[in-house]
Amino acid sequence: MSESQKTIEIEVLRYNPETDQAPHLQVFQVPFADDMSVLQGAQYIKDHLDGSLSFRWSCRMAICGSCGMMVNGEPHLSCQTFLRDYYPARVRIEALSHFPIERDLVINMEGFIDKLESIQPYIIPKEKRSLAQGEYLQTPEQLNAYEQFSSCINCMLCYAACPQFGLNADFVGPAAMALLHRYNMDSRDGAAEERMELVAAEEGVFNCTAVGYCSEVCPKQVDPANAVNINKTNAAKDYFLRFLSPKGGSK
Amino acid sequence: MKSGLKRSNAPIFWALFGGGGMLSALVGPMLVFITGIAIPFGLLLPEGAMSYPKMLAFAQNWLGKAFVFAVIALFLWHAAHRIFHTLHDVGIHAGVAARLICYGSAFVATLVSAYVLLGLGF
Repeated sequence: MSESQKTIEIEVLRYNPETDQAPHLQVFQVPFADDMSVLQGAQYIKDHLDGSLSFRWSCRMAICGSCGMMVNGEPHLSCQTFLRDYYPARVRIEALSHFPIERDLVINMEGFIDKLESIQPYIIPKEKRSLAQGEYLQTPEQLNAYEQFSSCINCMLCYAACPQFGLNADFVGPAAMALLHRYNMDSRDGAAEERMELVAAEEGVFNCTAVGYCSEVCPKQVDPANAVNINKTNAAKDYFLRFLSPKGGSK
Repeated sequence: MKSGLKRSNAPIFWALFGGGGMLSALVGPMLVFITGIAIPFGLLLPEGAMSYPKMLAFAQNWLGKAFVFAVIALFLWHAAHRIFHTLHDVGIHAGVAARLICYGSAFVATLVSAYVLLGLGF
């Protein structure tokens, strides 16, 4: 490190389940360059200062959704958040809020994976087509109906942003609801009524109080708040009209 | 799909909340202006526009009755739901007690307003 080298302080939330009673903060001096992402700052710490620092990352270009963390208290993908936007002040990085910490910046995402499975995130065709019948065709308009909601990269920033998920971890939550909506809106899918059981359940959309922070922090402009609130209307219709036109699925 | 899911009864309260929100957005500001500013200061509206006999006649007409009832009841259900969720947001999870106080007061006020309005006759 030359004398003219600028440095930035990065404060990291550390937690080692084998030795620590509770998470605690540790400050590192990291050489600073204009083009360094917060992720690169964490990588510098791991490579040069403390090899025991644990965090998830992979693509470095906001595609994989692995490197989400709290940066100065706000959920961000650390690969597309730059140290220059904080320099010369200290930057604090912590594990994503509202999730149990496994170690350092690594959270336990089992609960989220269960939720993803519970929404049946795959196309369940209305009528199966045989190979001879060919592909399921879709118009550009039909694609438009769900495309935005298909951009989710499962980074869980929206869960770290959602105060209601923070209060009640059973809430299905923004990303899973956005993905549920993506399949419901797909012209090839016919399982919206089946999924309604979860939408209308106590774990479902009515936990949301329309705060909207989930959509603000989404790095892919998915707008999960919109998906959740459209499904409040759907669930309310289903609630009041289910006796008029009984359908399968929801009980 | 997860098993043992229980259907939420939230749509009832959410619908009342939504109805109250819609109604208050549409007529709330104008009602505040008419009853709180225009009438007391004698602006715009003719004198005696909200005199007792006129208001009584309004509340005795079935349409006027329905309007007064909707404004009172739906506004209160809207407020109850909003207050209940704001309590939750600020970290007060009083649960059943808060639920009873918020929605209970809206429920009681709804019954009282219905009773009084019907008591005024037609």
